[in-house]
Amino acid sequence: MTSSKVKEEKNMNTVYDTAVQDRTEENRTIEQTQAVFQAKDFNLWYGNNHALQNINLDFNENEISAIIGPSGCGKSTFIKSLNRMVELVPIVRTEGDIVYRDQSIFDKSYTVEDLRTKVGMVFQKPNPFPKSIYDNVAYGARVHGVRNKKVLDQVVEKSLKGAAIWDEVKDRLNDNAYGLSGGQQQRICIARALAIEPDVILMDEPTSALDPISTTKIEDLMHELKKDYSIVIVTHNMQQAARISDRTAFFYQGYVVEYDKTNVIFDKPKDQRTEDYVSGRFG
Amino acid sequence: MSEYNIQKMISEKKGRRSSAFIEKMVPIILLLITLVSVLTTIGILVTLLSETIVFFTRVSPIEFLTSTEWSAFSSDPQWGIFALIMGTLKITVIAVIFAVPVGLGAAIYLSEYASDRVRRIIKPILEILAGIPTVVYGFFALTFVTPLLRGIWSEVNLFNALSPGLVVGVMIIPMIASLSEDAMSAVPNTMREGALGLGSTRLEMVFKVILPAAISGILSSIVLAVSRAIGETMIVSIAAGSTPNASINILESLQTMTGFIVQVASGDATYGTDTYFSLYAVGMTLFVFTLIMNVVAQWLSRKFREEY
Amino acid sequence: MELINKQEVSKKLSGRLLLNKVLKYIFLLFTLVGLVVLATLLIDTVLDGWRYLTPDFFTSYSSSRPESAGIYGALIGTLWLMAVTAPIAIILSVGTALYLEEYAPKNRLVNFIKVNISNLAGVPSVVFGLLGLTLFVRLMELDSSVLAAALTMSLMILPVIVVASQESIRSVPSTIREASIGMGATKWQTITRVILPAAVPGIITGIILALSRAIGETAPLIIIGIPTILLFTPTGVLDTFSALPMQIYSWVKLPNPEFQSVTAAGIIVLLFILFLMNSVAIYIRNKYSKRF
Repeated sequence: MTSSKVKEEKNMNTVYDTAVQDRTEENRTIEQTQAVFQAKDFNLWYGNNHALQNINLDFNENEISAIIGPSGCGKSTFIKSLNRMVELVPIVRTEGDIVYRDQSIFDKSYTVEDLRTKVGMVFQKPNPFPKSIYDNVAYGARVHGVRNKKVLDQVVEKSLKGAAIWDEVKDRLNDNAYGLSGGQQQRICIARALAIEPDVILMDEPTSALDPISTTKIEDLMHELKKDYSIVIVTHNMQQAARISDRTAFFYQGYVVEYDKTNVIFDKPKDQRTEDYVSGRFG
Repeated sequence: MSEYNIQKMISEKKGRRSSAFIEKMVPIILLLITLVSVLTTIGILVTLLSETIVFFTRVSPIEFLTSTEWSAFSSDPQWGIFALIMGTLKITVIAVIFAVPVGLGAAIYLSEYASDRVRRIIKPILEILAGIPTVVYGFFALTFVTPLLRGIWSEVNLFNALSPGLVVGVMIIPMIASLSEDAMSAVPNTMREGALGLGSTRLEMVFKVILPAAISGILSSIVLAVSRAIGETMIVSIAAGSTPNASINILESLQTMTGFIVQVASGDATYGTDTYFSLYAVGMTLFVFTLIMNVVAQWLSRKFREEY
Repeated sequence: MELINKQEVSKKLSGRLLLNKVLKYIFLLFTLVGLVVLATLLIDTVLDGWRYLTPDFFTSYSSSRPESAGIYGALIGTLWLMAVTAPIAIILSVGTALYLEEYAPKNRLVNFIKVNISNLAGVPSVVFGLLGLTLFVRLMELDSSVLAAALTMSLMILPVIVVASQESIRSVPSTIREASIGMGATKWQTITRVILPAAVPGIITGIILALSRAIGETAPLIIIGIPTILLFTPTGVLDTFSALPMQIYSWVKLPNPEFQSVTAAGIIVLLFILFLMNSVAIYIRNKYSKRF
């Protein structure tokens, strides 16, 4: 797939979406054919705590979808459900379905390793491995059996360029990634996720541990990445969601209160709770 | 896009991966390895029990428990374990009387008075002290401490309880000091501030607040140290002598349970004799003593951890 | 009415402060006991033994004449013993630690295993000697060989390495574990490529400290029947051998006062090896201690 074609499809998609939106009042599920992820009546429990309740959401290709909401609303739990990382907590139980590219992620024939190879993740705190910058970025490819040194070199260079950090680190690829600043570490982590060319990138509050300058760099980067990847981002920072995302879902107490185009959510939300939250009255 | 597609390469490699099999086998193999520690315990129990039972088919358990004389190598052997227990007890009591105040004092100093710099110098020295082989301590007891004691006090025999007892004490000081210091350091600083804020001196704070708060951790360290002293072998083999007796005199030669085991194993007993099997009966007694101590110590330290 | 007599309080205060000061110095004195003993032991041993630390001492076997006695056989034997003990102990202990930290479910069996390991740590070394004598020397007919001694030593130091490895593995932050799993790495890949490399300094420190304990252990060797005087070195794991602490023990027992100096010389060598090992362990620990 060439990127120009992707753009074209995306534009058509947006036009179509707007049309749909005008016709229907209640449109949580926005558009079917181009969705990469679809949650269908998804429920999740931690033990007896019903953390996610009847989630129905579609995330579109080549868009940035933001999830906002107050602490404890289930937004992190939900994004971790998309690549099944949430199952690392032993007491988790789920019901309903999440479909990735027309296949249920809970399908028995589908291994979590396959899913996570296609759906990359960037975490809240920068979490590079205590290895060299090169080894960090090459990690995914090596784990999946790619050992050709020439290919790895290219992967590393391309990913670091893609994460807009190549110029800062190209002369010290063999230095330990722990020696970098927090913002640089986070971009190394993004490069590491890009290296296996995932289809979707999940970002769980990727800038919450960073200073404003690093945050701006990462937000700019996300705009670039949108051309080739679909991005789902959880953020507690409403301005960030407003700045970068195409669509925004507002989570509250385990429910999706409202999901719409970002400008709708921030300018004329339909639900009073959404309005209270985005205008800073609680949260 | 570049000339290769990494996702495609990954999915091509996938078929060749045997990772699913490895993922299944690894936990099983690791569990089997883990069970070696359980087998070791079972091995110890079965070994000690079976040979001890053989010993008791030849020697009356009543004699073993009630007689106060132990003479395995005489023509008319006596098998009263009490004589060996008494030897172990004498050494342990001397060691504990010496090591508990010193170890606790050191722990209090390190935890409550010492600067960071002093602590950084002293703690590694205590670790070195803890790492010195017991055969070296034995040599030290026999060639330095015993002559020293005999110089001061002429009634001390060449082999006695006092010298090895003191040296066993030295050996367990690092254990008491470092474990007790851990327990005291774990007491929250807010409690220190509370006491000092009311005008207590540091000493009053230590005795009225820190020690009571850390007491189960401290007791646990002492019990562990006692267990170590009971099981200590080389120091007593070298410096305490080899004449089992039930007297409470600490200036004359004696033998501990461990000392007897070493003496027999050094080649004085052939396989199948009463003396050979007595090795296991003594070993069993020793094992039971230390096991009780360890269980008590663990119970105490668990209790301590629950408090915070 | 005042409940507290302020005059009384301030009168007593100086006494309380004095007591505080006195006890502080007593505590310091107690702290120095260990230091003084260590210094005495080292000085006494070195003064006693340095005369015998000649090149010949390192190249000759033990002898009944003090002036020609050496530690060559014991030194080589100890090297053999460590070379065989280390891999066995490492595989058993690190495997156990990995299972307990990464795979073990929370159930009674696992709980029992954990309690059992901390109990094993408190079992006296003579008892391990009796186990080795019965199981390895007699039942498996390994005789008093390097292998029998190494198996016994491995079981004895197992709890030490397990506990150190567990702590080290636990200190690897779960965030980097998530990073690896999140890229589609399997659990075992995550363990071998991320967790173990990050935990290795702590594990190595534990291994070195455990081995330095094993090097100085004498009692289990006596019990499994390692000879005190041996005039050859082993050529395989099934050969018998001598070891440094055994050699020292056999010299200690000799009545000839000149042998006291030979013993001291042997102790200097043993302590020097231990000192080297401990230095390496402390170096590794300090270098890698605050990484996360």
